[in-house]
Amino acid sequence: MSVTSYRDGTRLQRAFQRENDHRALFIAYIMAGDPDLETSFELLTGLAEHADVIELGMPFSDPMAEGPTIQLASQRSLAAGTKMRDVLGIVRRFRETNTVTPIVLMGYLNPVLSYGFEAFADDASNAGADGVIIVDCPPEEADALTDALNGAKMDLIRLATPTTDDKRLPAVVQRTSGFIYYVSVAGVTGVKEADADAVRSPVERLRAASGLPVAVGFGIKTPERAAQVARVADGVVVGSALVDEIAAAAALNENVTQKVLSKASELAKAVRSARLATV
Amino acid sequence: MNAPVSPAERPNDWSAYPDAKGRFGDYGGLYVAETLMPLVLELDRAYTEAKNDPAFQAELRGYLTHYVGRPSPLYFAERLSQHLGGAKIYFKREELNHTGAHKINNCMGQILLAQRMGKTRIIAETGAGQHGVASATVTARFGLPCVVYMGAVDVARQKPNVFRMNLLGAEVRPVTSGAATLKDAMNEAMRDWVTNVEDTYYMIGTAAGPHPYPAMVRDFQAVIGSETREQIQELEGRLPDAVVACVGGGSNAIGMFHPFLADESVKIYGVEASGHGLETDKHAASLTGGRPGVLHGNKTYLLQDDDGQILDAHSISAGLDYPGIGPEHSFLHDIGRAQYLTCTDDEALKAFQLCAELEGIIPALESAHALAKLPQLAKEIGEGGIIVLCLSGRGDKDIFTVADALGRTI
Repeated sequence: MSVTSYRDGTRLQRAFQRENDHRALFIAYIMAGDPDLETSFELLTGLAEHADVIELGMPFSDPMAEGPTIQLASQRSLAAGTKMRDVLGIVRRFRETNTVTPIVLMGYLNPVLSYGFEAFADDASNAGADGVIIVDCPPEEADALTDALNGAKMDLIRLATPTTDDKRLPAVVQRTSGFIYYVSVAGVTGVKEADADAVRSPVERLRAASGLPVAVGFGIKTPERAAQVARVADGVVVGSALVDEIAAAAALNENVTQKVLSKASELAKAVRSARLATV
Repeated sequence: MNAPVSPAERPNDWSAYPDAKGRFGDYGGLYVAETLMPLVLELDRAYTEAKNDPAFQAELRGYLTHYVGRPSPLYFAERLSQHLGGAKIYFKREELNHTGAHKINNCMGQILLAQRMGKTRIIAETGAGQHGVASATVTARFGLPCVVYMGAVDVARQKPNVFRMNLLGAEVRPVTSGAATLKDAMNEAMRDWVTNVEDTYYMIGTAAGPHPYPAMVRDFQAVIGSETREQIQELEGRLPDAVVACVGGGSNAIGMFHPFLADESVKIYGVEASGHGLETDKHAASLTGGRPGVLHGNKTYLLQDDDGQILDAHSISAGLDYPGIGPEHSFLHDIGRAQYLTCTDDEALKAFQLCAELEGIIPALESAHALAKLPQLAKEIGEGGIIVLCLSGRGDKDIFTVADALGRTI
């Protein structure tokens, strides 16, 4: 693990210190530009009222690790004309009023490669993003990207999965910072349901191996499940369940922001109160 | 990208590619989600073992001889040669293989590997349906369940192959996301694989994808070039002056090219599909009209916009309708060992008809793209020269598409 001085007191570190309040973080995911850029900016601002960290999806034409919900979100965003610069643009606007909530950009390698690793790292950092997750960039291929991100004082957050065995674990936690994202199911986003009991031991193993907080995602859809996972993990990521609300509201011409924020509020409450019973 | 390399400075040992990281120069590699990483690393180990196991190779040779029907003939296309004037043209008759294309060479190798690895379920992607049919064939032969992902657009334009796959007991799942063609079928197959990591073997049909697929598929297809070397020396007493093959993902091409890479006297030509024309946005020429990027587990030339979004490819031939290309072709292109030409839908249609009329062989529309460059190449190589073309598949599957393009009804 590379420990560099900039990591002292990053927004992500400060956010995870809230665990001292005996609760896990609620991490909300939406896709930038879904259903359009302006709405996703409103969502970003609104979600910060409920979420401790926001993961902002960068749309990609071929999102291989996504289930139907986020595939469609990506398609809606691209159909609305979203460019990488637009994604960074809403982060910059968000930072004009919010300097606390960490933003983690999540997407696929090709748009970042096309942008240029250094240029992307600098622009994303200047816009106010805190970390980056690239789904299709395993540690074996990540050196150049990690150098660029760390050079711009950003965290590269790596995914660990149920198939990550002891042999691979050191490679996976090496050069990762911010937190570790544990993919709780072998599969695509938003399809299988996570088993809260089954994540306990991998979370402990990852925490021990990395010295970092561990957030759990992929397959957490309901407040009940979010609460269960919140009892064992440092953070709970919900994506598809929120994006489903966007799709449903947009299809019915309803107020997208209202629907998503109401769902986010339920999830946030569930995560925050999860450990009260056990403290 | 890689700098061009002069012939004298090119590698002597082409088997040194890919390197330990799965790289052909800048291309290839292992760009998959973490869930799949242990699986592809395990596949790499298993394949390396199998490759070096004489028993595995002997078993594969047995099936290639008695089930696939190898060696495939090397045929002197006399009338076409006369018609074009210039070099002598030979066809490597991969369309005479069982299932009617080169695809089964690879499937036979991979099914034996999958069994060796104890996998009990096979998934595959297909464009034209030739790889799907080959996958369905070997899974029927070895009694394993098979799911084939196929773009909904391709399902519609390749109905005979869909029916064939069904007859062979495979389940064809139409894919409606994106442009609903080969690239989207590959995305969906990856999603299946990431969901069914325990029992499933992903049988990729072309020399692309994460390492070790580009090398493994090449090795299984290199039987094409190896046989050609022997056959042409028997027939002509020397190596050819040029070999030519169509390139989508590029598996028949790399299979033909690879055994000739060290022979600098042999010119190597790949032919990409330029659809409605390179100046339009309806083509599939990733080397000629694209730039390097990362998709489907490897770094290679891709059709993409300024923002790194992958563009939809177009070709009249479903098997070439893919916005990427195998990474080894990207490498050969950059260093200058192979030249990549382009062929439009119209040129391919004309070549398709000419081959049928002069040689009594109805070629696949994919192979017709290579055929279409013969007039130019026969002149360039000239009288007394020899060209071998990989006739990668037969065209029965394409008769509806061709009839439609010619404005005829069947």
